Amino acid sequence: MKNKYDVLVIGGGPAGAIAAKTAVEKGLSVCLVEKRPAIGAPVRCAEGLGKEALHEFIDPDPKWISAEMTGASIIAPDGFLMKLESQLAGSKVGYILDRKVFDRELVWKAAEAGADVAVKTRASAPIINNGCIQGAKIESCGKVSKIAADIVIAADGVESKFSRWCGIDTTVPVREIMSSVQYVLADIDIDQHSTVFYLGNEIAPEGYLWVFPKGDRTANVGVGISGKKSGEGHRAKDYLDRFVKKTFPHGKPIEYIAGGVSVCRPLECTVADGLIIAGDAARVVDPLTGGGIYNGMYTGRLAAEVAAECIETGDVSRTALMKYDKTWRTSKMGKALVRNYHIKEYLIRQPDAKLNEIIHSVSKLNLRDFTTLSLIKEIIRVNPKLMLELGTLAASIR
Amino acid sequence: MLKVHRDICGYCGCCVSVCPEGALELIDAYLCVEKSCTVCGICAKVCPLGALEVAHEK
Ligand SMILES: Cc1cc2nc3c(=O)[nH]c(=O)nc-3n(C[C@H](O)[C@H](O)[C@H](O)COP(=O)(O)OP(=O)(O)OC[C@H]3O[C@@H](n4cnc5c(N)ncnc54)[C@H](O)[C@@H]3O)c2cc1C
Ligand code: SF4
Ligand code: SF4
Repeated sequence: MKNKYDVLVIGGGPAGAIAAKTAVEKGLSVCLVEKRPAIGAPVRCAEGLGKEALHEFIDPDPKWISAEMTGASIIAPDGFLMKLESQLAGSKVGYILDRKVFDRELVWKAAEAGADVAVKTRASAPIINNGCIQGAKIESCGKVSKIAADIVIAADGVESKFSRWCGIDTTVPVREIMSSVQYVLADIDIDQHSTVFYLGNEIAPEGYLWVFPKGDRTANVGVGISGKKSGEGHRAKDYLDRFVKKTFPHGKPIEYIAGGVSVCRPLECTVADGLIIAGDAARVVDPLTGGGIYNGMYTGRLAAEVAAECIETGDVSRTALMKYDKTWRTSKMGKALVRNYHIKEYLIRQPDAKLNEIIHSVSKLNLRDFTTLSLIKEIIRVNPKLMLELGTLAASIR
Repeated sequence: MLKVHRDICGYCGCCVSVCPEGALELIDAYLCVEKSCTVCGICAKVCPLGALEVAHEK
Protein backbone atom coordinates (compact mmCIF):
# COMPACT_ATOMS: atom_id res chain seq x y z
CA MET A 1 0.00 0.00 0.00
CA LYS A 2 1.30 3.44 -0.93
CA ASN A 3 0.39 6.64 0.86
CA LYS A 4 -1.01 8.44 -2.20
CA TYR A 5 -3.43 7.29 -4.92
CA ASP A 6 -5.60 8.95 -7.53
CA VAL A 7 -8.65 7.23 -6.05
CA LEU A 8 -9.30 5.67 -2.65
CA VAL A 9 -12.32 3.35 -2.58
CA ILE A 10 -13.88 2.62 0.82
CA GLY A 11 -15.74 -0.69 0.95
CA GLY A 12 -15.30 -3.99 -0.90
CA GLY A 13 -18.94 -4.72 -1.80
CA PRO A 14 -20.25 -4.70 -5.40
CA ALA A 15 -20.22 -0.87 -5.58
CA GLY A 16 -16.64 -0.51 -4.35
CA ALA A 17 -15.29 -3.43 -6.38
CA ILE A 18 -16.74 -2.21 -9.69
CA ALA A 19 -15.63 1.35 -8.89
CA ALA A 20 -12.06 0.18 -8.26
CA LYS A 21 -11.93 -1.98 -11.38
CA THR A 22 -13.36 0.76 -13.61
CA ALA A 23 -11.02 3.41 -12.19
CA VAL A 24 -7.96 1.23 -12.88
CA GLU A 25 -9.18 0.56 -16.41
CA LYS A 26 -9.40 4.33 -16.88
CA GLY A 27 -5.70 4.55 -16.06
CA LEU A 28 -5.93 5.72 -12.44
CA SER A 29 -3.98 4.46 -9.44
CA VAL A 30 -6.47 2.93 -7.02
CA CYS A 31 -6.58 1.53 -3.51
CA LEU A 32 -9.62 -0.29 -2.12
CA VAL A 33 -9.95 -0.77 1.64
CA GLU A 34 -12.37 -3.21 3.27
CA LYS A 35 -12.74 -3.29 7.04
CA ARG A 36 -13.88 -6.89 7.27
CA PRO A 37 -11.24 -9.62 7.22
CA ALA A 38 -12.93 -11.50 4.36
CA ILE A 39 -14.60 -10.00 1.29
CA GLY A 40 -18.26 -10.97 1.07
CA ALA A 41 -18.61 -12.58 4.49
CA PRO A 42 -20.83 -12.66 6.40
CA VAL A 43 -23.32 -12.29 3.53
CA ARG A 44 -25.94 -9.58 4.07
CA CYS A 45 -28.17 -10.40 1.15
CA ALA A 46 -30.87 -12.66 -0.33
CA GLU A 47 -28.67 -12.80 -3.44
CA GLY A 48 -31.34 -12.35 -6.14
CA LEU A 49 -30.37 -10.55 -9.36
CA GLY A 50 -32.12 -10.20 -12.73
CA LYS A 51 -30.56 -11.73 -15.81
CA GLU A 52 -29.98 -8.50 -17.78
CA ALA A 53 -28.75 -6.68 -14.70
CA LEU A 54 -26.00 -9.24 -14.16
CA HIS A 55 -25.03 -9.56 -17.83
CA GLU A 56 -24.44 -5.80 -18.04
CA PHE A 57 -21.44 -6.22 -15.73
CA ILE A 58 -20.11 -9.74 -15.87
CA ASP A 59 -20.69 -13.04 -17.66
CA PRO A 60 -22.36 -15.61 -15.43
CA ASP A 61 -20.02 -18.19 -13.98
CA PRO A 62 -21.18 -21.40 -12.26
CA LYS A 63 -18.58 -20.68 -9.55
CA TRP A 64 -20.82 -18.01 -8.04
CA ILE A 65 -24.29 -18.84 -9.33
CA SER A 66 -26.25 -20.91 -6.85
CA ALA A 67 -29.41 -21.29 -8.94
CA GLU A 68 -31.12 -20.09 -12.11
CA MET A 69 -34.69 -18.78 -11.89
CA THR A 70 -37.42 -19.21 -14.49
CA GLY A 71 -40.27 -17.58 -12.56
CA ALA A 72 -41.59 -16.13 -9.35
CA SER A 73 -44.67 -16.39 -7.14
CA ILE A 74 -46.35 -13.76 -5.02
CA ILE A 75 -48.44 -15.05 -2.13
CA ALA A 76 -51.26 -12.86 -0.88
CA PRO A 77 -51.97 -12.41 2.84
CA ASP A 78 -54.82 -14.97 2.51
CA GLY A 79 -52.54 -17.52 0.84
CA PHE A 80 -53.66 -16.99 -2.78
CA LEU A 81 -50.76 -17.53 -5.18
CA MET A 82 -50.01 -15.38 -8.23
CA LYS A 83 -47.54 -16.97 -10.61
CA LEU A 84 -45.20 -14.87 -12.73
CA GLU A 85 -43.55 -16.31 -15.78
CA SER A 86 -41.67 -15.07 -18.76
CA GLN A 87 -43.60 -14.98 -22.04
CA LEU A 88 -41.02 -17.43 -23.26
CA ALA A 89 -42.08 -20.23 -20.93
CA GLY A 90 -39.20 -21.84 -19.09
CA SER A 91 -36.63 -19.24 -20.08
CA LYS A 92 -34.19 -17.94 -17.51
CA VAL A 93 -35.15 -14.63 -15.87
CA GLY A 94 -32.64 -14.26 -13.06
CA TYR A 95 -30.12 -15.75 -10.72
CA ILE A 96 -29.57 -16.45 -7.08
CA LEU A 97 -25.90 -15.68 -6.57
CA ASP A 98 -23.43 -17.05 -4.10
CA ARG A 99 -22.28 -13.66 -2.86
CA LYS A 100 -19.40 -14.90 -0.78
CA VAL A 101 -17.79 -16.01 -4.04
CA PHE A 102 -19.34 -13.31 -6.28
CA ASP A 103 -18.09 -10.38 -4.17
CA ARG A 104 -14.63 -11.95 -4.05
CA GLU A 105 -14.63 -12.41 -7.80
CA LEU A 106 -15.44 -8.71 -8.31
CA VAL A 107 -12.69 -7.58 -5.94
CA TRP A 108 -10.28 -10.08 -7.48
CA LYS A 109 -11.04 -8.60 -10.90
CA ALA A 110 -10.23 -5.13 -9.56
CA ALA A 111 -6.99 -6.44 -8.06
CA GLU A 112 -6.10 -8.27 -11.25
CA ALA A 113 -6.65 -5.07 -13.22
CA GLY A 114 -4.10 -3.36 -10.96
CA ALA A 115 -5.88 -1.96 -7.89
CA ASP A 116 -4.23 -2.30 -4.49
CA VAL A 117 -6.57 -4.04 -2.05
CA ALA A 118 -6.38 -4.20 1.74
CA VAL A 119 -8.69 -6.20 4.02
CA LYS A 120 -9.20 -5.81 7.76
CA THR A 121 -8.42 -2.20 6.94
CA ARG A 122 -10.87 0.48 7.97
CA ALA A 123 -11.21 4.10 6.95
CA SER A 124 -11.73 5.79 10.32
CA ALA A 125 -11.83 9.49 9.39
CA PRO A 126 -11.60 11.70 6.35
CA ILE A 127 -8.62 13.96 5.64
CA ILE A 128 -10.16 17.37 4.91
CA ASN A 129 -8.23 20.44 3.71
CA ASN A 130 -10.04 23.71 3.04
CA GLY A 131 -13.33 21.83 2.88
CA CYS A 132 -12.07 19.34 0.30
CA ILE A 133 -11.86 15.61 1.08
CA GLN A 134 -8.32 14.51 0.25
CA GLY A 135 -8.06 10.99 1.57
CA ALA A 136 -8.63 9.09 4.77
CA LYS A 137 -7.12 7.98 8.00
CA ILE A 138 -6.70 4.22 7.80
CA GLU A 139 -6.58 1.66 10.61
CA SER A 140 -5.19 -1.70 9.60
CA CYS A 141 -4.53 -4.51 12.07
CA GLY A 142 -3.57 -2.09 14.82
CA LYS A 143 -1.55 0.27 12.61
CA VAL A 144 -2.76 3.79 11.87
CA SER A 145 -1.74 5.54 8.66
CA LYS A 146 -2.98 8.08 6.15
CA ILE A 147 -3.82 7.59 2.51
CA ALA A 148 -4.05 10.72 0.38
CA ALA A 149 -6.25 10.64 -2.72
CA ASP A 150 -7.56 13.11 -5.30
CA ILE A 151 -10.99 11.54 -5.00
CA VAL A 152 -12.48 9.27 -2.35
CA ILE A 153 -15.32 6.96 -3.44
CA ALA A 154 -17.37 6.08 -0.36
CA ALA A 155 -18.96 2.68 -1.07
CA ASP A 156 -19.25 1.74 2.58
CA GLY A 157 -22.71 0.20 2.42
CA VAL A 158 -25.74 0.58 4.66
CA GLU A 159 -23.72 1.99 7.57
CA SER A 160 -22.51 4.89 5.42
CA LYS A 161 -20.33 6.41 8.14
CA PHE A 162 -17.63 7.93 5.94
CA SER A 163 -19.96 10.47 4.30
CA ARG A 164 -21.37 11.26 7.70
CA TRP A 165 -17.88 12.07 8.97
CA CYS A 166 -17.63 14.41 5.96
CA GLY A 167 -20.71 16.28 7.20
CA ILE A 168 -23.40 14.63 5.06
CA ASP A 169 -26.42 13.30 6.96
CA THR A 170 -26.91 9.68 5.88
CA THR A 171 -29.30 8.69 8.71
CA VAL A 172 -32.05 6.35 7.48
CA PRO A 173 -35.50 7.21 8.90
CA VAL A 174 -36.72 4.46 11.25
CA ARG A 175 -39.78 3.70 9.15
CA GLU A 176 -37.57 3.30 6.08
CA ILE A 177 -35.08 0.74 7.29
CA MET A 178 -36.00 -2.84 6.48
CA SER A 179 -34.95 -4.72 9.57
CA SER A 180 -34.07 -8.16 8.17
CA VAL A 181 -33.08 -11.70 9.12
CA GLN A 182 -32.40 -14.70 6.95
CA TYR A 183 -31.60 -18.38 7.28
CA VAL A 184 -30.09 -20.55 4.62
CA LEU A 185 -32.39 -23.52 5.18
CA ALA A 186 -31.36 -26.95 3.97
CA ASP A 187 -33.51 -30.01 3.37
CA ILE A 188 -36.78 -28.25 2.52
CA ASP A 189 -39.41 -28.80 -0.19
CA ILE A 190 -39.21 -25.97 -2.70
CA ASP A 191 -39.45 -25.29 -6.41
CA GLN A 192 -35.75 -24.79 -7.09
CA HIS A 193 -36.33 -22.51 -10.10
CA SER A 194 -38.80 -20.03 -8.67
CA THR A 195 -38.52 -17.28 -6.08
CA VAL A 196 -41.44 -16.81 -3.69
CA PHE A 197 -42.56 -13.54 -2.06
CA TYR A 198 -45.07 -13.51 0.83
CA LEU A 199 -46.96 -10.32 1.58
CA GLY A 200 -49.15 -9.24 4.48
CA ASN A 201 -49.20 -7.49 7.80
CA GLU A 202 -49.18 -10.73 9.74
CA ILE A 203 -46.23 -12.16 7.86
CA ALA A 204 -44.06 -9.06 7.24
CA PRO A 205 -45.48 -5.64 8.15
CA GLU A 206 -44.53 -3.08 5.49
CA GLY A 207 -42.05 -5.52 4.02
CA TYR A 208 -42.07 -9.03 2.66
CA LEU A 209 -40.84 -12.52 3.33
CA TRP A 210 -38.81 -14.33 0.71
CA VAL A 211 -37.83 -17.86 -0.27
CA PHE A 212 -34.97 -17.69 -2.78
CA PRO A 213 -33.74 -21.14 -3.88
CA LYS A 214 -30.03 -21.83 -3.56
CA GLY A 215 -30.33 -25.12 -5.41
CA ASP A 216 -31.98 -28.43 -4.72
CA ARG A 217 -33.83 -28.40 -1.36
CA THR A 218 -31.99 -25.35 -0.03
CA ALA A 219 -33.04 -21.70 0.03
CA ASN A 220 -32.43 -18.28 1.50
CA VAL A 221 -35.50 -17.83 3.68
CA GLY A 222 -35.72 -14.36 5.13
CA VAL A 223 -37.92 -11.47 6.12
CA GLY A 224 -37.67 -7.71 6.16
CA ILE A 225 -40.05 -5.53 8.20
CA SER A 226 -40.22 -1.77 8.63
CA GLY A 227 -38.12 -0.46 11.52
CA LYS A 228 -41.30 1.28 12.68
CA LYS A 229 -42.99 -2.09 13.18
CA SER A 230 -40.02 -3.65 14.97
CA GLY A 231 -39.76 -3.98 18.75
CA GLU A 232 -39.42 -6.40 21.62
CA GLY A 233 -41.35 -9.59 20.86
CA HIS A 234 -42.12 -8.57 17.27
CA ARG A 235 -38.78 -8.26 15.60
CA ALA A 236 -37.81 -9.60 12.17
CA LYS A 237 -36.44 -12.68 13.88
CA ASP A 238 -39.79 -13.35 15.59
CA TYR A 239 -41.63 -13.14 12.25
CA LEU A 240 -39.14 -15.40 10.51
CA ASP A 241 -39.08 -18.04 13.24
CA ARG A 242 -42.87 -18.16 13.25
CA PHE A 243 -42.97 -18.67 9.48
CA VAL A 244 -40.23 -21.30 9.43
CA LYS A 245 -41.83 -23.26 12.26
CA LYS A 246 -45.09 -23.38 10.34
CA THR A 247 -43.84 -23.79 6.75
CA PHE A 248 -40.51 -25.59 7.00
CA PRO A 249 -40.61 -27.26 10.44
CA HIS A 250 -37.93 -29.77 9.41
CA GLY A 251 -35.64 -27.27 7.66
CA LYS A 252 -32.07 -27.14 8.92
CA PRO A 253 -30.46 -23.72 9.16
CA ILE A 254 -26.91 -23.79 7.83
CA GLU A 255 -26.45 -20.00 7.97
CA TYR A 256 -28.02 -17.22 10.00
CA ILE A 257 -27.61 -13.58 9.07
CA ALA A 258 -29.13 -10.21 9.89
CA GLY A 259 -29.20 -6.99 7.92
CA GLY A 260 -30.65 -3.58 7.27
CA VAL A 261 -31.89 -2.41 3.88
CA SER A 262 -32.62 1.26 3.31
CA VAL A 263 -35.85 1.90 1.38
CA CYS A 264 -35.76 5.68 1.75
CA ARG A 265 -35.16 8.32 -0.90
CA PRO A 266 -31.55 8.62 -2.09
CA LEU A 267 -29.26 11.18 -0.40
CA GLU A 268 -30.12 14.70 -1.47
CA CYS A 269 -26.67 15.09 -2.96
CA THR A 270 -24.22 12.24 -3.57
CA VAL A 271 -21.03 14.26 -4.07
CA ALA A 272 -18.90 16.79 -2.17
CA ASP A 273 -15.50 18.36 -2.87
CA GLY A 274 -13.25 15.34 -3.48
CA LEU A 275 -15.97 12.79 -2.56
CA ILE A 276 -18.37 10.56 -4.50
CA ILE A 277 -20.86 8.33 -2.67
CA ALA A 278 -21.94 5.07 -4.36
CA GLY A 279 -24.17 2.06 -3.71
CA ASP A 280 -26.08 1.53 -0.46
CA ALA A 281 -24.08 4.37 1.12
CA ALA A 282 -25.86 6.76 -1.29
CA ARG A 283 -29.20 5.10 -0.39
CA VAL A 284 -29.89 3.95 -3.93
CA VAL A 285 -31.47 0.59 -3.06
CA ASP A 286 -34.70 -0.01 -4.98
CA PRO A 287 -37.29 0.95 -2.32
CA LEU A 288 -39.91 -1.45 -3.67
CA THR A 289 -37.83 -4.62 -3.96
CA GLY A 290 -34.95 -3.89 -1.60
CA GLY A 291 -32.57 -4.87 -4.41
CA GLY A 292 -29.28 -3.00 -4.39
CA ILE A 293 -26.68 -5.18 -6.12
CA TYR A 294 -27.30 -3.77 -9.58
CA ASN A 295 -27.71 -0.18 -8.38
CA GLY A 296 -24.47 -0.53 -6.43
CA MET A 297 -22.56 -1.77 -9.47
CA TYR A 298 -24.13 0.89 -11.70
CA THR A 299 -23.29 3.80 -9.39
CA GLY A 300 -19.84 2.33 -8.65
CA ARG A 301 -18.96 2.23 -12.33
CA LEU A 302 -20.33 5.72 -12.95
CA ALA A 303 -18.47 7.11 -9.92
CA ALA A 304 -15.17 5.84 -11.35
CA GLU A 305 -15.92 7.17 -14.83
CA VAL A 306 -16.68 10.66 -13.53
CA ALA A 307 -13.67 10.49 -11.18
CA ALA A 308 -11.41 9.74 -14.14
CA GLU A 309 -12.75 12.69 -16.15
CA CYS A 310 -12.43 15.11 -13.24
CA ILE A 311 -8.90 13.99 -12.31
CA GLU A 312 -7.92 14.40 -15.96
CA THR A 313 -9.15 18.02 -16.02
CA GLY A 314 -7.74 18.69 -12.54
CA ASP A 315 -11.08 19.78 -11.08
CA VAL A 316 -12.43 17.54 -8.30
CA SER A 317 -14.79 20.15 -6.85
CA ARG A 318 -18.36 19.35 -5.92
CA THR A 319 -19.51 21.30 -8.99
CA ALA A 320 -17.40 19.15 -11.33
CA LEU A 321 -18.39 15.90 -9.60
CA MET A 322 -22.09 16.84 -9.85
CA LYS A 323 -22.01 15.19 -13.28
CA TYR A 324 -22.14 11.88 -11.36
CA ASP A 325 -25.18 12.93 -9.32
CA LYS A 326 -27.05 14.28 -12.35
CA THR A 327 -26.25 11.28 -14.54
CA TRP A 328 -27.55 8.60 -12.20
CA ARG A 329 -30.64 10.61 -11.25
CA THR A 330 -31.69 10.98 -14.89
CA SER A 331 -30.75 7.38 -15.77
CA LYS A 332 -33.22 4.52 -16.08
CA MET A 333 -32.12 3.44 -12.60
CA GLY A 334 -32.67 6.90 -11.12
CA LYS A 335 -36.14 7.17 -12.61
CA ALA A 336 -37.04 3.69 -11.37
CA LEU A 337 -36.00 4.74 -7.85
CA VAL A 338 -38.46 7.66 -7.91
CA ARG A 339 -41.29 5.59 -9.35
CA ASN A 340 -40.75 2.60 -7.08
CA TYR A 341 -40.52 4.84 -4.02
CA HIS A 342 -44.04 6.11 -4.71
CA ILE A 343 -45.37 2.62 -5.38
CA LYS A 344 -43.84 1.39 -2.13
CA GLU A 345 -45.45 4.28 -0.26
CA TYR A 346 -48.80 3.35 -1.80
CA LEU A 347 -48.47 -0.36 -1.06
CA ILE A 348 -47.42 -0.07 2.59
CA ARG A 349 -50.60 1.89 3.28
CA GLN A 350 -52.86 -0.85 1.96
CA PRO A 351 -54.62 -3.19 4.38
CA ASP A 352 -54.35 -6.95 3.78
CA ALA A 353 -57.85 -7.01 2.24
CA LYS A 354 -56.68 -4.66 -0.50
CA LEU A 355 -53.51 -6.67 -1.16
CA ASN A 356 -55.68 -9.80 -1.43
CA GLU A 357 -57.94 -8.04 -3.89
CA ILE A 358 -55.02 -6.95 -6.10
CA ILE A 359 -53.35 -10.35 -6.10
CA HIS A 360 -56.64 -12.24 -6.63
CA SER A 361 -57.22 -10.31 -9.84
CA VAL A 362 -54.89 -12.59 -11.71
CA SER A 363 -53.53 -16.04 -10.97
CA LYS A 364 -50.93 -16.18 -13.70
CA LEU A 365 -49.03 -13.45 -15.50
CA ASN A 366 -46.79 -13.91 -18.49
CA LEU A 367 -44.42 -10.98 -18.54
CA ARG A 368 -42.72 -9.77 -21.70
CA ASP A 369 -39.67 -8.67 -19.78
CA PHE A 370 -39.29 -9.87 -16.24
CA THR A 371 -39.06 -6.54 -14.43
CA THR A 372 -40.98 -4.85 -11.62
CA LEU A 373 -42.16 -2.24 -14.13
CA SER A 374 -43.80 -4.75 -16.44
CA LEU A 375 -45.30 -6.52 -13.41
CA ILE A 376 -46.81 -3.24 -12.20
CA LYS A 377 -48.11 -2.42 -15.67
CA GLU A 378 -49.77 -5.82 -15.95
CA ILE A 379 -51.35 -5.52 -12.51
CA ILE A 380 -52.74 -2.11 -13.42
CA ARG A 381 -54.04 -3.48 -16.72
CA VAL A 382 -56.17 -6.04 -14.89
CA ASN A 383 -57.08 -3.58 -12.11
CA PRO A 384 -57.91 -0.38 -14.04
CA LYS A 385 -59.29 1.09 -10.80
CA LEU A 386 -55.74 1.24 -9.42
CA MET A 387 -54.88 3.86 -12.00
CA LEU A 388 -57.16 6.32 -10.22
CA GLU A 389 -55.89 5.40 -6.77
CA LEU A 390 -52.31 5.90 -7.83
CA GLY A 391 -53.23 9.41 -8.95
CA THR A 392 -50.40 11.51 -10.34
CA LEU A 393 -48.04 8.60 -9.91
CA ALA A 394 -49.81 6.70 -12.65
CA ALA A 395 -48.27 8.96 -15.29
CA SER A 396 -44.79 7.67 -14.55
CA ILE A 397 -45.87 4.06 -15.10
CA ARG A 398 -47.28 4.32 -18.60
CA MET B 1 -26.84 3.59 28.90
CA LEU B 2 -26.97 1.43 25.81
CA LYS B 3 -26.01 -2.19 26.32
CA VAL B 4 -24.81 -4.40 23.46
CA HIS B 5 -25.56 -8.09 23.94
CA ARG B 6 -22.63 -9.43 21.96
CA ASP B 7 -23.88 -13.00 22.14
CA ILE B 8 -27.00 -11.91 20.21
CA CYS B 9 -25.55 -9.30 17.82
CA GLY B 10 -25.13 -10.44 14.21
CA TYR B 11 -22.91 -7.42 13.31
CA CYS B 12 -25.12 -6.38 10.43
CA GLY B 13 -24.96 -2.57 10.66
CA CYS B 14 -28.74 -2.02 10.61
CA CYS B 15 -28.55 -0.05 13.87
CA VAL B 16 -25.61 2.03 12.63
CA SER B 17 -27.65 3.37 9.71
CA VAL B 18 -30.49 4.73 11.85
CA CYS B 19 -28.57 6.33 14.72
CA PRO B 20 -29.24 10.07 14.48
CA GLU B 21 -26.04 10.85 16.41
CA GLY B 22 -23.70 8.63 14.40
CA ALA B 23 -22.77 7.13 17.75
CA LEU B 24 -22.44 3.52 16.60
CA GLU B 25 -19.50 2.08 14.72
CA LEU B 26 -19.09 -1.50 13.64
CA ILE B 27 -15.47 -2.60 13.69
CA ASP B 28 -15.75 -5.91 11.88
CA ALA B 29 -17.81 -7.99 14.32
CA TYR B 30 -17.57 -5.56 17.23
CA LEU B 31 -20.20 -2.87 17.69
CA CYS B 32 -18.86 0.19 19.53
CA VAL B 33 -21.03 2.81 21.23
CA GLU B 34 -19.48 6.25 21.31
CA LYS B 35 -19.88 8.96 23.95
CA SER B 36 -22.24 10.96 21.73
CA CYS B 37 -25.01 8.35 22.34
CA THR B 38 -28.09 10.03 23.82
CA VAL B 39 -29.72 6.67 24.72
CA CYS B 40 -32.70 7.53 22.52
CA GLY B 41 -33.40 3.82 21.91
CA ILE B 42 -33.97 4.03 18.14
CA CYS B 43 -31.25 1.48 17.41
CA ALA B 44 -32.64 -0.93 20.02
CA LYS B 45 -36.05 -0.73 18.35
CA VAL B 46 -34.87 -1.61 14.85
CA CYS B 47 -32.29 -4.30 15.64
CA PRO B 48 -33.61 -7.42 13.86
CA LEU B 49 -32.21 -9.70 16.56
CA GLY B 50 -32.83 -7.71 19.74
CA ALA B 51 -29.17 -7.32 20.64
CA LEU B 52 -29.43 -3.79 22.02
CA GLU B 53 -30.94 -2.78 25.32
CA VAL B 54 -31.52 0.59 26.90
CA ALA B 55 -30.50 -0.12 30.47
CA HIS B 56 -31.90 2.40 32.96
CA GLU B 57 -29.51 3.31 35.73
CA LYS B 58 -30.93 2.96 39.19
C1 LIG C 1 -31.23 -9.22 4.15
C2 LIG C 1 -30.87 -8.55 2.87
C3 LIG C 1 -31.32 -9.07 1.66
C4 LIG C 1 -30.99 -8.46 0.45
N1 LIG C 1 -31.38 -9.06 -0.72
C5 LIG C 1 -31.01 -8.53 -1.91
C6 LIG C 1 -31.32 -9.19 -3.14
O1 LIG C 1 -31.89 -10.29 -3.14
N2 LIG C 1 -30.94 -8.59 -4.29
C7 LIG C 1 -30.27 -7.41 -4.32
O2 LIG C 1 -29.97 -6.90 -5.42
N3 LIG C 1 -29.95 -6.77 -3.17
C8 LIG C 1 -30.29 -7.30 -1.97
N4 LIG C 1 -29.92 -6.68 -0.80
C9 LIG C 1 -29.19 -5.41 -0.87
C10 LIG C 1 -27.73 -5.66 -1.23
O3 LIG C 1 -27.16 -6.59 -0.35
C11 LIG C 1 -26.95 -4.35 -1.17
O4 LIG C 1 -27.67 -3.36 -1.85
C12 LIG C 1 -25.56 -4.46 -1.78
O5 LIG C 1 -24.74 -5.31 -1.06
C13 LIG C 1 -24.96 -3.05 -1.84
O6 LIG C 1 -23.63 -3.07 -2.25
P1 LIG C 1 -22.61 -1.99 -1.70
O7 LIG C 1 -21.32 -2.30 -2.35
O8 LIG C 1 -23.19 -0.64 -1.83
O9 LIG C 1 -22.53 -2.24 -0.13
P2 LIG C 1 -22.05 -3.54 0.68
O10 LIG C 1 -22.18 -4.76 -0.13
O11 LIG C 1 -22.73 -3.48 1.98
O12 LIG C 1 -20.49 -3.27 0.89
C14 LIG C 1 -20.01 -2.25 1.72
C15 LIG C 1 -18.69 -2.71 2.30
O13 LIG C 1 -18.04 -1.60 2.92
C16 LIG C 1 -17.37 -2.05 4.07
N5 LIG C 1 -17.12 -0.88 4.94
C17 LIG C 1 -18.04 -0.17 5.63
N6 LIG C 1 -17.45 0.84 6.29
C18 LIG C 1 -16.12 0.78 6.02
C19 LIG C 1 -14.99 1.55 6.42
N7 LIG C 1 -15.13 2.61 7.24
N8 LIG C 1 -13.77 1.19 5.97
C20 LIG C 1 -13.63 0.12 5.14
N9 LIG C 1 -14.66 -0.65 4.73
C21 LIG C 1 -15.91 -0.33 5.15
C22 LIG C 1 -18.33 -3.06 4.65
O14 LIG C 1 -17.66 -3.94 5.53
C23 LIG C 1 -18.87 -3.75 3.39
O15 LIG C 1 -18.12 -4.90 3.05
C24 LIG C 1 -30.23 -7.27 0.44
C25 LIG C 1 -29.79 -6.73 1.65
C26 LIG C 1 -30.08 -7.36 2.85
C27 LIG C 1 -29.57 -6.78 4.12
S1 SF4 D 1 -28.71 -4.11 14.38
FE1 SF4 D 1 -28.50 -5.54 16.07
S2 SF4 D 1 -27.53 -7.35 15.17
FE2 SF4 D 1 -27.22 -5.66 13.72
S3 SF4 D 1 -25.23 -4.79 14.32
FE3 SF4 D 1 -26.79 -3.62 15.41
S4 SF4 D 1 -26.94 -4.64 17.39
FE4 SF4 D 1 -25.90 -6.07 16.04
S1 SF4 E 1 -29.51 4.94 21.64
FE1 SF4 E 1 -29.89 6.50 20.05
S2 SF4 E 1 -28.05 7.80 20.11
FE2 SF4 E 1 -27.54 5.93 21.23
S3 SF4 E 1 -26.59 4.60 19.69
FE3 SF4 E 1 -28.77 4.09 19.72
S4 SF4 E 1 -29.70 5.35 18.14
FE4 SF4 E 1 -27.68 6.22 18.58
